[in-house]
Amino acid sequence: MAQELKLTKKDRVAIWWRSTFIQGSWNYERMQNGGWAFSMIPAIKRLYKSKEDRAAALKRHLEFFNTHPYVASPIIGVTLALEEERANGAPVDDKAIQGVKVGMMGPLAGIGDPVFWFTLKPILGALAASLALTGNILGPILYFVLWNLSRMGFTWYTQELGYKAGSKITEDLSGGVLRDITKGASILGMFILGALVNRWVSVAFAPTVSEVELDEGAYIDWDNLPAGSEGVRTALEQQAAGRSLSDTNVTTLQDNLDSLIPGLAGLLITLLAMWLLRKKVSPIVMILGLFAVGIVFHVIGLM
Amino acid sequence: MDLTMIQIILVVLVAFLAGVEGILDEFHFHQPIIACTLIGLVTGELVPCLILGGTLQLIALGWANIGAAVAPDAALASVASAIILVLGGQGEAGVTSAIAIAVPLAVAGLLLTIIVRTLATGIVHLMDAAAREGNFKKVEMWHIIAIIMQGLRIAIPAALIVAIGAAPVRDLLTAMPSWLTDGLAVGGGMVVAVGYAMVINMMATKEVWPFFAIGFVLATIPSITLLGLGGIGVALALIYLALTKQGGSGGNGGNGNTGDPLGDIIDNY
Repeated sequence: MAQELKLTKKDRVAIWWRSTFIQGSWNYERMQNGGWAFSMIPAIKRLYKSKEDRAAALKRHLEFFNTHPYVASPIIGVTLALEEERANGAPVDDKAIQGVKVGMMGPLAGIGDPVFWFTLKPILGALAASLALTGNILGPILYFVLWNLSRMGFTWYTQELGYKAGSKITEDLSGGVLRDITKGASILGMFILGALVNRWVSVAFAPTVSEVELDEGAYIDWDNLPAGSEGVRTALEQQAAGRSLSDTNVTTLQDNLDSLIPGLAGLLITLLAMWLLRKKVSPIVMILGLFAVGIVFHVIGLM
Repeated sequence: MDLTMIQIILVVLVAFLAGVEGILDEFHFHQPIIACTLIGLVTGELVPCLILGGTLQLIALGWANIGAAVAPDAALASVASAIILVLGGQGEAGVTSAIAIAVPLAVAGLLLTIIVRTLATGIVHLMDAAAREGNFKKVEMWHIIAIIMQGLRIAIPAALIVAIGAAPVRDLLTAMPSWLTDGLAVGGGMVVAVGYAMVINMMATKEVWPFFAIGFVLATIPSITLLGLGGIGVALALIYLALTKQGGSGGNGGNGNTGDPLGDIIDNY
């Protein structure tokens, strides 16, 4: 290599700052892709000089991406390392970069959501709110300062961590490590996509298929409970013992589908969308269509 | 209570910041405790707004944008209810009624954010076009325009509320039909499938499809978290890589078959 291309610390700080806006152009088609490309621009400018290379790099970073906005930082770090290797002539192809991104985004979102949204935010929020309710201005100030300090510290540190780890990953190219990582990442990616389709595509059919009257003793007899808190206790005990809450057992169409496998309808919609995409149907048309279907099905009582 | 011109500008500015943060989720200007307090600060009604912010914050503790799902919109709820509180001029006594207004506002804001996120889909295609030219400036410009759109999402309703006063707002909110809001929510649950379909189309090969199936089936067990699924996924990938290497080192030497019994049967048929 005649002259090694390297990202400076200033580039990495600029990328870190830009990654604050990663959700800015969040859209239903490729989600955080615009913000991702926006963040990568300082790196692309540093690493690629010809117009063709720059256009290709922009295109590659406008692919689908979505994760918790803060844990995007370690993924950015690893991607920076991969791009640096690529710019210096290593055989890192588009699939490898996309594989690493998709492979990391699911599991990392699985860290970011519980840590930030379900742990840090409620704790800080509850603390600040209790101060604010007494008219104490320290509440909002405390929330703002602590939240942003932990966020900015986390994103900068993990971006650097990813960048350093990423360089090591690509050092040993002869051993086929990179090929393993690409394949491993696409396995992990597909595995996680399967899980996400199941968990995040939500479809619920409303129609009732059957209503069965239960035998006496199979449900909680609300009229004959002891009064007061004693009655609540008895009811809860009976429910824990497996008694139904009402005297009929209602089965909806969704219950029937769920007994095949939960998430089946979501999977079918995803497969349909894949098929339509291959038929060159525009994603925007599909999105608008799904909203229309949602309204119509809801009005006629199907969903 | 009437606001001066400077106060109105500042209120709209705070609303804009809250709208931007409603999508970014970084600085948290859209959190009730920050947004309401800022509205109170610029209008001189600090203490009532602070209390409103604290109360709303407790309601909104669990609201979060998970994956592609959109949470009830804290930005519009806090900004608009704080403005209505200030306009109402009841001070701390008005906090309870402001909160009653905030929750339907959170749903209305949810609709607005779905609209803006759909509009952003068009913007991404403009970014694609700019990328083909290798034009950094244009990509950056469209991204910033998308951010501004999110800001206007709250700034415009805020300015409208200031302009028309509190009472008409209340009437409008109760008039919004539930079939429309609920139906849009149903559609919103399904549209994420389009995004996943695009990635799958890009990554899928015959070799990795089985892993999609395993992931899909394992996700039906609610007690396995996403992090847990990540662990299983990494383990599966490692096992697969190790096994392919063993197979490649010549384990089935001397065997003339192709190693594909089903293929052999089809060939001989």
